[in-house]
Amino acid sequence: MIQLQQLSKDYAGIKAVVNLNLEIKKGEIFGLLGPNGAGKTTTIRMLTMLTKPSGGKAFINGYEITRDLFDVKKEIGVVPQHMNLDIEMTTWENLELHGRLHKMPKDDRRKRIQELLDYVELSDRAGDLVGKLSGGMRRRLMIARALMHYPHVLFLDEPTVGLDPQTRRRIWDLIRRMNNDGMTVLLTTHYIEEAEMLCHRVGIMDRGQLIALGTPEELKKRVGEVVVESLNQGGTEYKFFADREQALKYVGSFKQNVIIRESNLEDVFVELTGRKVGD
Amino acid sequence: MIKIDFYTVFWREMVVLKRRLWKFLVSRMVSPFLYLVAFGWGLGRSIQMNGGNYLQFVVPGIIALSAMNTSFNSVGTSLNMSRLYHKTLEEYLIAPISAFSVVLGNVLAGSLRGILSSVIILGLAYVFGAKITVNFWFVLVVLLTCFLFASLGVVAAMTIDSHEDMSNFSTFVILPMSFLCGTFFSSEKLPRLFHYFVELLPLTHASQSLRAIALGYDFPAVSLLVLFGYSLVLFAAGVIVVRRVR
Ligand SMILES: Nc1ncnc2c1ncn2[C@@H]1O[C@H](COP(=O)(O)OP(=O)(O)O)[C@@H](O)[C@H]1O
Ligand SMILES: [Mg+2]
Repeated sequence: MIQLQQLSKDYAGIKAVVNLNLEIKKGEIFGLLGPNGAGKTTTIRMLTMLTKPSGGKAFINGYEITRDLFDVKKEIGVVPQHMNLDIEMTTWENLELHGRLHKMPKDDRRKRIQELLDYVELSDRAGDLVGKLSGGMRRRLMIARALMHYPHVLFLDEPTVGLDPQTRRRIWDLIRRMNNDGMTVLLTTHYIEEAEMLCHRVGIMDRGQLIALGTPEELKKRVGEVVVESLNQGGTEYKFFADREQALKYVGSFKQNVIIRESNLEDVFVELTGRKVGD
Repeated sequence: MIKIDFYTVFWREMVVLKRRLWKFLVSRMVSPFLYLVAFGWGLGRSIQMNGGNYLQFVVPGIIALSAMNTSFNSVGTSLNMSRLYHKTLEEYLIAPISAFSVVLGNVLAGSLRGILSSVIILGLAYVFGAKITVNFWFVLVVLLTCFLFASLGVVAAMTIDSHEDMSNFSTFVILPMSFLCGTFFSSEKLPRLFHYFVELLPLTHASQSLRAIALGYDFPAVSLLVLFGYSLVLFAAGVIVVRRVR
């Protein structure tokens, strides 16, 4: 559904994205995980044609992004990282504008707006100016807007950044529901939990490069499914093991307190880069 | 499909304008009203201009000035904010519509605002007792002036990268034109070289031709052509800078 071939972006000397190769299948929820500045937004901006790549190619549903501009635009829905709703218009008008921009006929527009407002539970806010909506509501409206023209691929850049835990779960439910209805989803996140709980496959990005790719299980298996954390001369030492038995065998000889737990994608990132995602 | 596309952009502007119509109209009255008081009553009583009264002379200039300011600012400010701050321009950039449609929709909406403000001044001017002729050519010049400066607004909004520099552009380009381009006095009174320079500026031709039509002087064919040329060039420049934004 989405193919990236050597996709790159230089910003006057800063290599934001370096030779990205990736294939995302139809019906997948794919997550790009990485710390701030890793190049996630730049990747999405290139795929949604808001930024020109400085090298490489990308295809969406067979269309090349720089050549088949209008065909690609009809295929994709985009939810950016920042709020970009029109605050001078109401909830309804924001969706109406999007429908008009995609040349949907009037009856079709009306039906679809109603349907989407129900879907994201904003029907009672249809007439409110966007300025009166809460952060979570705005995010849901941005998702509804992106879905307006029946796209096949949805791009979500940090869909839950800045939202409280409860609202975050609500957005996750929404993403899962859309995916069940057949949507291919490419999202970015710097939340470990989000990548693990929501994504079928994850690509870990660091400094513009893809440094690991696989299902969360595969990635964790690669470093070892069980971690032993032990406090050690001022720092925490992490040791990875394939299973609990081996971990216990290793810990057996220890006198100090240790933590034995299952590994997560944070551990994968630390193991690959020597840094934490949050750093 | 170009027709529908630009209309969508225009439609958005109209939704917003309708919501604030009264505020817009009243705010557009303030400065022309002050100009008319100052130059029509205050200063104007003691000045004769080409054998007519000064009010008649100054009204076409104020119309040109206001058409320029309103069209330029409404497009320039909102598009600049939409690109840099609200990021709502992205909604157009990811939609399957052309740069041409984005520019045309915005320029027409800005022009409509400029036309509304010109109509307000004309109304006020009649109240103040000015007798000026409004015919097809007068309307055409107002339209061209609005179109031209709304297009300049697009070019400025797309190329200037901060809100402060947008107001600097107003201060260094728009404001000097307001005073030098034959708005309040005939630019022929300026020193020779300065006069030639001012003759290159579009607002000079807008106020001169409006004045010529309103007061029945010779038909300002050259000025009309100049305005037409500026409109085409600036509109094309607008399309190019929007296309280049990626
Ligand atoms: N418009 C831009 N101009 C210059 N540098 C940029 C621009 N956008 C992003 N960058 C740089 O590119 C790198 C990747 O940024 P970004 O894609 O936003 O990362 P992420 O979304 O993963 O946090 C960063 O070093 C950032 O400073
Ligand atoms: Mg980002």
